[in-house]
Amino acid sequence: MIGLGHYLAVAAILFVIGVLGIFINRKNVIIILMSIELILLAVNINLVAFSSFAHDLVGQVFAMFVLTVAAAEAAIGLAILVVYFRNRGTITVDDINQMKG
Amino acid sequence: MTALTTLAASVHLASVETIIAAGVFVVLMLGAFRGDRSLVPLTWVGVGILALAGVHLAIVPHGGATGFGGLYIGDAFSTFLKVLILAGAAASMVLALPYLKTTSTGRFEYPVLIMLSALGMCMMVSANDLLTLYVGLELQSLAAYVLAAFHRNEAKSSEAGLKYFVLGALASGILLYGISLVYGFTGTTSFTALHGIVRGTATADIGTLIGLVFILSGLAFKIAAVPFHMWTPDVYEGAPTPVAAFFAGAPKAAALGLLLRVAIGAFGGMTLDWRQIVTFASIASMLLGAVGAIGQTNVKRLLAYSSINNIGFALIGLAAGSREGVAAVLFYLAVYLVMTLGSFLAVLQMRGPDGEPVETLAALSGLSRTRPGLAAAFAVFMFSLAGIPPLLGFWPKFAVFQAAMDSGLYVLATVGVVASVIGAYYYLRVIKSVYFDDPAPAFAPTDSRVNTGLLTAAALFCSPLGMLAITPLVGAATRAAAALL
Repeated sequence: MIGLGHYLAVAAILFVIGVLGIFINRKNVIIILMSIELILLAVNINLVAFSSFAHDLVGQVFAMFVLTVAAAEAAIGLAILVVYFRNRGTITVDDINQMKG
Repeated sequence: MTALTTLAASVHLASVETIIAAGVFVVLMLGAFRGDRSLVPLTWVGVGILALAGVHLAIVPHGGATGFGGLYIGDAFSTFLKVLILAGAAASMVLALPYLKTTSTGRFEYPVLIMLSALGMCMMVSANDLLTLYVGLELQSLAAYVLAAFHRNEAKSSEAGLKYFVLGALASGILLYGISLVYGFTGTTSFTALHGIVRGTATADIGTLIGLVFILSGLAFKIAAVPFHMWTPDVYEGAPTPVAAFFAGAPKAAALGLLLRVAIGAFGGMTLDWRQIVTFASIASMLLGAVGAIGQTNVKRLLAYSSINNIGFALIGLAAGSREGVAAVLFYLAVYLVMTLGSFLAVLQMRGPDGEPVETLAALSGLSRTRPGLAAAFAVFMFSLAGIPPLLGFWPKFAVFQAAMDSGLYVLATVGVVASVIGAYYYLRVIKSVYFDDPAPAFAPTDSRVNTGLLTAAALFCSPLGMLAITPLVGAATRAAAALL
């Protein structure tokens, strides 16, 4: 029997993978965008699992909002990335270093 | 029929947001059809819409009525912050006009994005549910990411946008994870219900506490409190100067207001738990903001560290957790908004012979010889930010220290005074350079009478004359705090 704890564990693992993906990755900004999606999906698993086990609809409504906002966020992130690529000709994470201090 | 009446009542309650939302689409449509040459008229239309929304603030009920099934609340607290937000957003729209023209970034989207961001901020401070909190915060942030990259032909600006986006999205993710935990362990997302359920460490389970820590971390990012401050200097330096002015003003007020409502309104029962976190963030922000600014050579980076430093002082009032503390934070925010917008207005006056923006501190030396008025304005803002007594910036600092002392937080208040002294060093260094160093090449003369007027008004407000405003401001802040606590 799969209980609430299992869902929470999967969500926590996905969340940690997402955060590590942002910080460890030194190669490509696209991977960072994918990691952000992973974090948001981990949150959705949490919300839906809680909602289902508590017999309360709020969590599922919340998950729909998160999905919608995530789509908008990805669109804006990719747009900024395209502008950045036009200016610099690269999207390697290590090259994002024009400003420091 | 009753459903319709309820909806009408909710829309009336949220008429400020309704006006901005309708207005922003009008401006967007006009801009789409008339093109970029309509930037100046559209900016003034936008200011008019924000002013209309501001007038409605006085009309709508603000006695703590909730709307949209409890998602939205209109009280004295949200009204106070909305005045700051609308004023900050309108000023950021107007002060940008000369800059946008000279750097050939004069596109009509600028007022549209600022208004969308202001709409998100108004939703944030009126949030009475974690869902409203999230949607308002995202609306504000998404517009802000685009604004940071507004100078799209310049590598620095797009880099600032990219950094802001990645770290902002991470912060939203952390915030959301905290929201999901709080929802799961308490069974509700409504602030009113949370206030009734959450009752201190003795009964609160560990899940709610962890969720609260995640939520506070996400919000700490939005107000740029240490340890979530690392994006601030880069974004302020890379973003166009008027955008940095906008970031330093209204969004900080909105996010700190939201933090107050979450910490005190929803999680008031856990004050002893979050006080340690807020105290740590406050001390770390004050010290890092003061020390980090010392070696800076770029005036926008300096102001970024100054904003981190100031947020640390404002957090002292939150750590106090009392009504006086909340009132002190609101008072601090009002004064800080004017000081920071004034400083950025002064920075906007730093233009080379061809009108191109200059950002180095070295260019300021000997300014008193070539532009005595601008030098005096710099001196007023720097003295005020440092909190030197006759100037207005001293009084909110005094108020937060007093609130901390009343709540028995002596260590926090002492560290605050020490950090204030360290911070005074770099503010005074700017003044020394302006008044006593050999003159650098003169700046181009001012190109906007509106900006000069705004600069003068801000400088007068921060001067000892501003003390006339203390009584009404503190009165309004106390009434606003009473709505929360």
